[in-house]
Amino acid sequence: MSATRAAESLLALSQQEELEDLPKDYPLSASEDEGDSDGERKHQKLLEAISSLDGRNRRKLAERSEASLKVSEFNVSSEGSGEKLVLSDLLEPVKTSSSLATVKKQLNRVKSKKTVELPLNKEEVERIHREVAFNKTSQALSKWDPVVLKNRQAEQLVFPLKKEQSAFAPIEHVLSGWKARTPLEQEIFNLLHKNKQPVTDPLLTPVEKASLKAMSLEEAKMRRAELQRARALQSYYEARARREKKIKSKKYHKVLKKGKAKKALKEFEKLQKVNPSAALEELEKIEKARMMERMSLKHQNSGKWAKSKAIMAKYDLEARQALQEQLARNKELTQKLQAASKSEEEEGGAEEEDELLVPEAVNEVQMNADGPNPWMLRNHPSDAKEAEIQKDPEQLSEPVAHEASESEGEESPLAEEEILLKELEERRSLRKKSGLNQDSEPVGRQETKDSSSQEVLSELRALSQKLNKENHQSRKQKVSSARTVLPVQREEPAEEEEPLLLQKRERAQTLEELEELGEEGCFQDKELPRPALDGQQLERNPNNQPGAPKEKTKKEQMIDLQNLLTTKSPSVKSLAIPTTIEELEDEEEKDQRQMIKEAFAGDDVIRDFLKEKREAVEASKPKDVDLTLPGWGEWGGVGLKPSAKKRHRFLIKVPEGPSRKDKNLPNVIINEKRNIHAAAHQVRVLPYPFTHHQQFERTIQTPIGSTWNTQRAFQKLTRPKVVTKPGHIIKPIKAEDVGYRSSSRSDLSVVQRNPKRLSIRHKKQLKKNSVD
Amino acid sequence: METAPKPGRGVPPKKDKLQAKKKLPHSKSKTRSRVEVAEAQEEEISVKAARSELLLAEEPGFLEGEDGEDTAKIRQADIVEAVDIASAAKHFDLNLRQFGPYRLNYSRTGRHLAFGGRRGHVAALDWVTKKLMCEINVMEAVRDIRFLHSEALLAVAQNRWLHIYDNQGIELHCIRRCDRVTRLEFLPFHFLLATASETGFLTYLDVSVGKIVAALNARAGRLDVMTQNPSNAVIHLGHSNGTVSLWSPAVKEPLAKILCHRGGVRAVAVDSTGTHMATSGLDHQLKIFDLRGTFQPLSARTLPQGAGHLAFSQRGLLAAGMSDVVNIWAGPGKASPPSLEQPYLTHRLSGPVNSLQFCPFEDVLGVGHNGGITSMLVPGAAEPNFDGLESNPYRSRKQRQEWEVKALLEKVPAELICLDPRALAEVDVISLEQEKKERIERLVRNRPLSAQALLTPTSSPHHVPRSAAQQGYDPEAKAPFQPKPKQKGRSSTASLVKRKRKVMDEEHREKVRQSLEQQPQRQEKKAMPLGSRPSALDRFVR
Repeated sequence: MSATRAAESLLALSQQEELEDLPKDYPLSASEDEGDSDGERKHQKLLEAISSLDGRNRRKLAERSEASLKVSEFNVSSEGSGEKLVLSDLLEPVKTSSSLATVKKQLNRVKSKKTVELPLNKEEVERIHREVAFNKTSQALSKWDPVVLKNRQAEQLVFPLKKEQSAFAPIEHVLSGWKARTPLEQEIFNLLHKNKQPVTDPLLTPVEKASLKAMSLEEAKMRRAELQRARALQSYYEARARREKKIKSKKYHKVLKKGKAKKALKEFEKLQKVNPSAALEELEKIEKARMMERMSLKHQNSGKWAKSKAIMAKYDLEARQALQEQLARNKELTQKLQAASKSEEEEGGAEEEDELLVPEAVNEVQMNADGPNPWMLRNHPSDAKEAEIQKDPEQLSEPVAHEASESEGEESPLAEEEILLKELEERRSLRKKSGLNQDSEPVGRQETKDSSSQEVLSELRALSQKLNKENHQSRKQKVSSARTVLPVQREEPAEEEEPLLLQKRERAQTLEELEELGEEGCFQDKELPRPALDGQQLERNPNNQPGAPKEKTKKEQMIDLQNLLTTKSPSVKSLAIPTTIEELEDEEEKDQRQMIKEAFAGDDVIRDFLKEKREAVEASKPKDVDLTLPGWGEWGGVGLKPSAKKRHRFLIKVPEGPSRKDKNLPNVIINEKRNIHAAAHQVRVLPYPFTHHQQFERTIQTPIGSTWNTQRAFQKLTRPKVVTKPGHIIKPIKAEDVGYRSSSRSDLSVVQRNPKRLSIRHKKQLKKNSVD
Repeated sequence: METAPKPGRGVPPKKDKLQAKKKLPHSKSKTRSRVEVAEAQEEEISVKAARSELLLAEEPGFLEGEDGEDTAKIRQADIVEAVDIASAAKHFDLNLRQFGPYRLNYSRTGRHLAFGGRRGHVAALDWVTKKLMCEINVMEAVRDIRFLHSEALLAVAQNRWLHIYDNQGIELHCIRRCDRVTRLEFLPFHFLLATASETGFLTYLDVSVGKIVAALNARAGRLDVMTQNPSNAVIHLGHSNGTVSLWSPAVKEPLAKILCHRGGVRAVAVDSTGTHMATSGLDHQLKIFDLRGTFQPLSARTLPQGAGHLAFSQRGLLAAGMSDVVNIWAGPGKASPPSLEQPYLTHRLSGPVNSLQFCPFEDVLGVGHNGGITSMLVPGAAEPNFDGLESNPYRSRKQRQEWEVKALLEKVPAELICLDPRALAEVDVISLEQEKKERIERLVRNRPLSAQALLTPTSSPHHVPRSAAQQGYDPEAKAPFQPKPKQKGRSSTASLVKRKRKVMDEEHREKVRQSLEQQPQRQEKKAMPLGSRPSALDRFVR
């Protein structure tokens, strides 16, 4: 059954194959006798298939039936076997015989053996040799690169390189060659030998050596023990630290932290008593921590953890507590610690001290009591406060009054005036004392008179100043919160403490100024011609609108010249006044008139100067070149001018140079002309490795001379690059000199063997380069 | 043994760190290493200099009032009583009422004093020992007097000409080319004697060779206010139109002109570091200017009667003579300008002041006036440590001679005087550029024609403008980008052009970015109101 099925399938297969083979095997010319040969082939194939069924792969030999295309004198085909015909196949007999195997082997051997190539021509061989040699030598030479680099970068080279060891011939050598000749010497040697004193090695006697060895052992033991102990301790501590670190209990850590904090506080208090300076340092540290806290967002409830907790906080009491704790910590850290000074303690009671110690931020929170986050408040303080003020002024005035009562115990402005009066009296008493002192001093009568009158004036001035300040304060109170009031009031005691200092400053003021000050303000420095101060003033009183357009007009010239010279500088009234002035002083009006006259006498000085400057600027500007030729390319003649277009075309505009140094300095003319004589002494060629003049300037900007340097620095700066010792031969560098083994010399010998070839190669390369 | 840098000569101000840290253009590693070495050296040297300050053993003296006590109230008699005998001996008065107002001058070592009266009295003395060197009457009006490089030579500006005497009072020279001299200044490192004359000429005389180096016409009328800037040897002249002009012998015009006062300038003084200049004018004002480039007034003060004479001490104290009173102001530190609010010392003299000078290396102010000479004690005025090799008050004759030879060998040429001496250590950029340009032009002439032809079309317009390319060949210029040939059909002409354009665009973008970066700065500058302090709330301003 199975056999028949296989046969069927084979039949189908053969048919298929035949269909495929058809166009290949039979050229078109042989298509006539297709019919009969077809049947034959089919039959044969069938036979083959059947014969292969028994499993053995039989050698199938094509049966030659006809002298057709298959066999011809031109073509040897191996039809049927499906293999290519190989030469060895032809030699093979039908049956394998041993006699032909040897021939076959020989044939194979012949086939595998290659022919010996033609030797390269001489040039090529040499080139290869050279290349190899070059690689070798360059490798050998590259070992020297670091040495060369080092020597190039060295600040100083001392030749000869090999320092001759100052030969200390060991004493043994000296002694061995030396023999005792004279009787005295012999005697001494005898003595030495008897006492076992060292003759050759003079350092130690054998006894000494022995003792030394013994000592060393003991020491070594002790040392070892010590080391062992240290190691054990270390490991113990390490283990402990590791253990403690692993403790996960939050409570434990919390307790630990608290304990630490308490301890620190106690220590701090102790320090404060014992060593105030150290305590101050501690305080500074705390302050620093506070600053860090203020800077960072560590406890601001803005972290990842805090956010997650905030979500939970609504439901979870613990989370809420944790958040609160964080905030509390923040507050604690940002709290401003104040070292309560003694003067303050004296002035205020215990209450006040407490109040002072309470930080501002806490106060604020208490007042508002809305949000726990102080940051929220700080972000828009002015807005919030203003809104509050508008809402209920009463609420605001309350804390102000509260604080006022704290510091002075009075509320109304009337009371404040009273305080001022008190101050005045105090000062008067003080002044009386000082006046007495002055009287005792024989300084000069006019001086004392002057000073006393001055002081009365200064008193008045101070009063007016105070009043002004009060006014300012009241205005400020309307605008700003209670916070700003606090520092202002704190200032006052400081002023009271040093009335003398104030007086000193005020002595310099004249009467006119005093009057002015009553109206304007109280700042001495203001009148200095400084733009920065002007700006500040503008900021200070923003109501002063007309100041703004003025500023705009000034923009072009940084500093107004007129202002610069006409600004009234504060006048000095020294203790000693020139005698000529003294006489004049009574007639003050006259003096003033003269002053005014003098101030405006040289009004045209400024105009002249500005004109001069303009001229200088014009003169220094490079001129445009006009190349227009009238009448060229258009009508010419008398009265005709070249067209604007043409003029524009032939005008060569000079590029705008760098701006003048005195562009923004109206009171200065700086000459921009080049100093040719000085330029002759300047460097005008950049030395080799530098590509930009700034780099070179950087290297020569430090002065070298002994005038500007210490002696040693001068010597170092002017050290010669190469130092040679006179009378010494400078030999070429050797491998041993720089710590290489001498083997590298053998590599070098390659170079010496065929230097000629190398040079040829170099020449060739050069040629090649030049061609390229 | 190390010696400290000499305090006498001003140490050239190092470029401030900010400037030094300014980024250098990109450089090769070799150059960078050189720069690094130089920087390391500078650092090391400055450390050494700082350490050697330990060796300056002396400390400046000072006067300190008890709390609230004004130091200006302390009189000379009080100071003399308080100090030791040696210092007390430095306060003295010479009553010389006969020969009118005196001019005086201390030698550079501070050991010798020369003075000349209006009516011809000239004298020189070792003022410490009070040993008179010479005393003569020149029988002519004496306008000014000045020591030359050493105390052995003395220049006297007389009515007609300039005369030079030696320390025996023997007239050595009469220089007729300097006539009607009103003021004298000696530049010690250049060996130049600068004279200002009534005729309006500023003349520089080289005293080492006896030649006139330069005679400059100031074109501002009579010159009678002159001083020198000790740090850069520039001469400052005060004029009647309220300006102060700065002069160097190498330039025919003033290096700078500063309008200081509305009235004429009466006195000018420059401090030893060359950073501050004090001027006083007919408008009774005393101003202190910053000389470091801006020439703007730092502080100003109105004096009851303007100061006629000004002088700076070595440590920056400012003395002003106002008719018969001398006021001295001190600053908070050495480098800071004196604060004019409160005088440090005051002193009244017997006659109007005619000359002021602080004695070098001694806390003494010499005042020449109608009634003679007064030597005042001013604690803290002078540099306490002198450099023995440079100006030694105790030197012997032999040492002086040796120093003279050395100083002559180190003489600085007159043409090196300029406003900023540090500029001499800079490369002459203008001639450098010029030479580079010339080289570029020269190179194209020497190049073969084929190279020229090759060069012109390939040079891209982005790097070298066409005209420049035609003019010359710059070997240092960045070569135009040439795309590398690629394989697999990527090296087609189109893609080459594309790649080229890409690079060009990138460069262009970079340029635009840079220009944009500069623009907002300019805008900001415009927007900022001048001089106002930036506020944290500025960011909310719209």
